Amino acid sequence: MAAEGQQHPLKVYYMVWLLLFIVSFFSYMVDYLHLQGALRWTLILVFMFVKAGFIVAIFMHMQWERLALKIAILGPPVAILVLIWLMSLEGIHVEDSRLEYYGESTMVPETPHH
Amino acid sequence: MSEAVANDAMEAGGTQGVVDDWSRDKQVFGVPWGKAMMWIFLLSDTFIFSCFLVGYMSVRIATTDPWPLPSEVFALTMFGHSIPLVLIAIMTFILITSSGTMALAVNMGYRKDRNKTFWLMVATAVLGASFVGMQAFEWTKLISEGVRPWGNPFGAAQFGSSFFMITGFHGMHVSAGVIYLLVIAFRVRNGFYEKRGGNYEIVEITGLYWHFVDLVWVFIFAFFYLW
Repeated sequence: MAAEGQQHPLKVYYMVWLLLFIVSFFSYMVDYLHLQGALRWTLILVFMFVKAGFIVAIFMHMQWERLALKIAILGPPVAILVLIWLMSLEGIHVEDSRLEYYGESTMVPETPHH
Repeated sequence: MSEAVANDAMEAGGTQGVVDDWSRDKQVFGVPWGKAMMWIFLLSDTFIFSCFLVGYMSVRIATTDPWPLPSEVFALTMFGHSIPLVLIAIMTFILITSSGTMALAVNMGYRKDRNKTFWLMVATAVLGASFVGMQAFEWTKLISEGVRPWGNPFGAAQFGSSFFMITGFHGMHVSAGVIYLLVIAFRVRNGFYEKRGGNYEIVEITGLYWHFVDLVWVFIFAFFYLW
């Protein structure tokens, strides 16, 4: 068993810390600059996965763990992709049914003002 | 990155290592049991948050009413300008800062620097508490503007239920984390772990929980606030 656990140079943590700040700033800019469509969604997902990856790999030390632990923890969440796929099909079906039986929405939303 | 595998230097890595870890008459995971248990708890928590986020996706696809624009709903007027999502951006930066101080606390814990570990954990807890405070402010503001779990003036009724459920459950995790951090921090300071052989793995385990809370926020920020 590990006698002294996870010890790494502080420089690694400072680098990741800085990187998380920069990437978060970029993802905020996606909204601030009103990017739309495929570009917006691609950038949101890319920045999200970069941040999540560095947090898990470095801050949570996953990259230094043995492969058995990596597989046990990071493997099962892949099943969520199936759930996302099924629930998006379900969502589309429900929306189509609503449009067919209830027609288009007549709601007139207010604009938020602060 | 450096191959800093101090433990199990004698054992095989890669897929052969996986086979060895599972088939030998020994503990499967070469980590303290507390850490393995925390990882397994976090795995189950991953599924809970995923269910919330997938549920949100599902109702957002299914509604025929327009979805309220988060960019406008969460805008704040500061210095005479309406800045989109500004409070959420500040909360994001606060949580990242707290993750950084936590990572340093773990490192200082392994160096057995009790004083620095204590203060870094307290700093993490204070940042976490300020995050919860801002969330309370956000909720108060939205409630005063008429957002309810069953409806709101800005669009689809499902917006409110998704918002309160997801951010509420996350906020509860942050609040629990603040308490957890403070308990462990004071134990580090009063020498509780010195009596137990000076083992500071508990700081890393607490850190895992805290980084996970930050990790969940990354996904909430992307899917709920930016999408």
